[in-house]
Amino acid sequence: MSQYVLRRLMIAIPSLLGISLVLFVVLALAPGDPFSELATNPNVPPEVQAALRARFGLDDPIYLRYLHWLNAMLHGDWGFSFVSRMDVDTLILQRLPATLYVIGSAQILALLIAIPVGVYAATKPYSLFDQVANTLAFVGFSLPTFFTGILFILIFSVTLDWLPFVYTTDIKATGIHYVLEMIRQAIMPVAVLGLFQAASMTRFVRSAMLDVIRLDYVTTARAKGLGQAKVIVKHVMRNAMIPVVTLIALQMPAVFGGAIVTEQIFRIPGIGSLLISSILSNDTPVVMAVTFVFACLVVLFNLIADVLYGWLDPRISLR
Amino acid sequence: MLDKELRSMIGDVKDGRMDRRAFIQRLAAVGLTAPMANQILAIGGVAMAQSPNPYPPTKRGGGGPLKLLWWQGPTLLNPHFATGTKDQDGSRVFYEPLASWDVNGHLNPILAAEIPSIQNGGLSADAKSVVWKLKPGVKWHDGKPVTADDLVFNWEYASDPATACVSISTYSGLTVEKVDDLTIRIKFNDPTPFWANAFVGAYGCIIPKHLFAEYKGGKSREAPNNLKPVGTGPYKFVEFKPGDLVRGEINPDYHMANRPFFDSIEMKGGGDAVSAARAVIQTGEYDFAWNMQVEDEVLLRLEKGGKGKTLYAVGGDIEFIAVNFTDPNTEVDGERSSLKTKHPILSDPKVRQALALLVDRDSVKKAIYGRAGRATANYLNGPEEFVSKNTKWEFSVEKASALLEEAGWKAGADGVREKDGKKLKLLFQTSINGPRQKTQAIIKQACQKAGIDVELKSVVASVFFSSDVANPDTYSKFFADIEMFQIPMTQPDPALHMRRYHSRNVATKENKWQGPNFPRWINKDFDAAIDAAETETDPVNRAGLYIKCNDLMWQDTVFIPVMHRLAVEASANSLRPALSGWANQTDNLQDWYREG
Repeated sequence: MSQYVLRRLMIAIPSLLGISLVLFVVLALAPGDPFSELATNPNVPPEVQAALRARFGLDDPIYLRYLHWLNAMLHGDWGFSFVSRMDVDTLILQRLPATLYVIGSAQILALLIAIPVGVYAATKPYSLFDQVANTLAFVGFSLPTFFTGILFILIFSVTLDWLPFVYTTDIKATGIHYVLEMIRQAIMPVAVLGLFQAASMTRFVRSAMLDVIRLDYVTTARAKGLGQAKVIVKHVMRNAMIPVVTLIALQMPAVFGGAIVTEQIFRIPGIGSLLISSILSNDTPVVMAVTFVFACLVVLFNLIADVLYGWLDPRISLR
Repeated sequence: MLDKELRSMIGDVKDGRMDRRAFIQRLAAVGLTAPMANQILAIGGVAMAQSPNPYPPTKRGGGGPLKLLWWQGPTLLNPHFATGTKDQDGSRVFYEPLASWDVNGHLNPILAAEIPSIQNGGLSADAKSVVWKLKPGVKWHDGKPVTADDLVFNWEYASDPATACVSISTYSGLTVEKVDDLTIRIKFNDPTPFWANAFVGAYGCIIPKHLFAEYKGGKSREAPNNLKPVGTGPYKFVEFKPGDLVRGEINPDYHMANRPFFDSIEMKGGGDAVSAARAVIQTGEYDFAWNMQVEDEVLLRLEKGGKGKTLYAVGGDIEFIAVNFTDPNTEVDGERSSLKTKHPILSDPKVRQALALLVDRDSVKKAIYGRAGRATANYLNGPEEFVSKNTKWEFSVEKASALLEEAGWKAGADGVREKDGKKLKLLFQTSINGPRQKTQAIIKQACQKAGIDVELKSVVASVFFSSDVANPDTYSKFFADIEMFQIPMTQPDPALHMRRYHSRNVATKENKWQGPNFPRWINKDFDAAIDAAETETDPVNRAGLYIKCNDLMWQDTVFIPVMHRLAVEASANSLRPALSGWANQTDNLQDWYREG
């Protein structure tokens, strides 16, 4: 087992190097440069732009810049934001709590909805409950978050005036009021994201359950006289969860990566909004760091999913 | 206006026979901005009116929080590095200049004890030096006194190319010396009629020497205070999250009486303009939102029965179509749009005039810009009253067609005009931006009626405005026949705005297309007028020269001005922000208050 994990980690190194190289080259070749805002400003002479470009090493050849970046990354230096003139890691760490809180809650909400609904729908396929759940699931994943987000804002903020639609990181309250306010302002983004995720996940859980529920060993378990609850939870669910675990594990990096659209709509200062604003201002070190961290997380969670398989199903051996 | 008449008017103001306001109105009538009129009075020996914005509150604080919504949040808080207005706005909450431009275009003293004038000995008659006096007793947020050394340091810091400040051109071409602890003298290398630039406005914000002295030049980016401002402003720094949040609390030792009104300030960033407008005008979650680049129709709908309103500040920002004077389709020595070529179609002035006749500014205003735009024939648009009276514009397909006929472009079989077997076809480029694409469509339609085939091209803004030498689609390379965008006027003086089109500034391969004269228009009269204006100390002659420059551009149809754009802000009904078209939104933040 530990050997397996070690071997997988070793394999990850060349793939991460490859990913970083591709990311770096694509970003270096992409049009635009971080000082474009200076270009139409008559106050800024071209010499200053040139000095800035030289200062940030933008005029070096690509391979040199990549080696510099790689070397710095190995030393734990994530780079320096052109736009904010501060270290990228501080910038990312500042954004992480909001992302973890909102996107994490949304994922939990999605799981809390998807697993019970999916399981229950699978035990009674084509019943009224299943039909309703299916219809809602289809509606759910056909509606993009930018649409439901604005719809929620119009209903709950503008018309009913119940919830705020600008997410603030500095709530002026303490104790229980702070917690309540944090929850209040997160309701809409969490609901928008969570329901969207839940919709597709419900469908997935249901079909995974249906695949297993028809197998002979389930009939055997029932024939032994085990109760319905015990059969479903202990015998069916455990096997049906294997593909679901893969799905969830692959979605975990997204929790760190943020949700670009939802964050933009509700002004959540998360990694997603950092990424989009950095892309728009051509702040390549930040874009590079965020995407690379994202790549590392994908590799890591893939590994975690594989390890979990062994625990869920002892027949899968890890060598 | 005759020079003599002006002098006698200045005399009248001096002796109190004419009031300032009347004087400014008289000058406005001949096309002089209020800031310029005030500077004329100052050079003429009349002290500038110390005209702070109206401010009824009678005690400091007690106004609760002030919540600002900037849909692009500030990303850094050092005024000398502030590339965009968002960064300048964030910095300005904590840092202050000697003076800022107020609503009426007057200089409003902030850290200065008074505005320099000839009478108080601040200005010299040869326009080569300015003496500024600091208000005594002003303290930095950490308690240290503000002295002349700080001012001298700011000049040294910003003018050092190694520091790579964006304020470098504000502080170059001059030297700053300390006279005594509270007085400095700025000496200009050349006579500088527009003296209120260094230490004034957004780039004029002053940073403390005792915290930045070690970080001048190459080490500038390591300064810890780049992210933790210690200034003199009405609010003290509390927290900064780049792109997300700037937070400040009231400065109890602020140097102006009864100010500021609010107990704390919060500037939230992110999102988009429409939802920012909604949060201020419709739901009232925020007090003020900046830069409402939203269709007027949407704003009008939000304003119906809302909790806020839109405000308009008049500056000099101009949206225009530029005409390429060189040929983008012929390569000379490996350079397209080379100065050695002439545009095959547009070098004919009649074709250019015809194009100008085909821009339906009224429709553009009605359909796109609404209250946020004004139709104009001028490239140089001061505030409302700064209009060269010699120019005019009209929209007429018939007249345009007649001009094209005269120029030898005859109607072809497919409706497109041709001359010597060549089709009248133009490539029209701009950046991707809703209003610009709609404007393009309106112009294309009119051109079609006149028999000009216009091909539209839109380039992503980050490419179009970049200085990337390798990219052919930048506005400065201008590998198209005509192009449209906006150039903001960053200060109440035309010098920078007009100097761009001097023939020595042509964008070429040699200067990596960094010359700002992208239409590659060369006109000796224009060059001469610019050169003369740069050193002209007589304000009236100088203004006349710039009006002449504007008129020359109009006669030659270098630019087809589309819209004089106003700054649009959203504000809660109860808030009384002090805004000016000549300044950034937060430049007079100390004077903001809430009513009722």
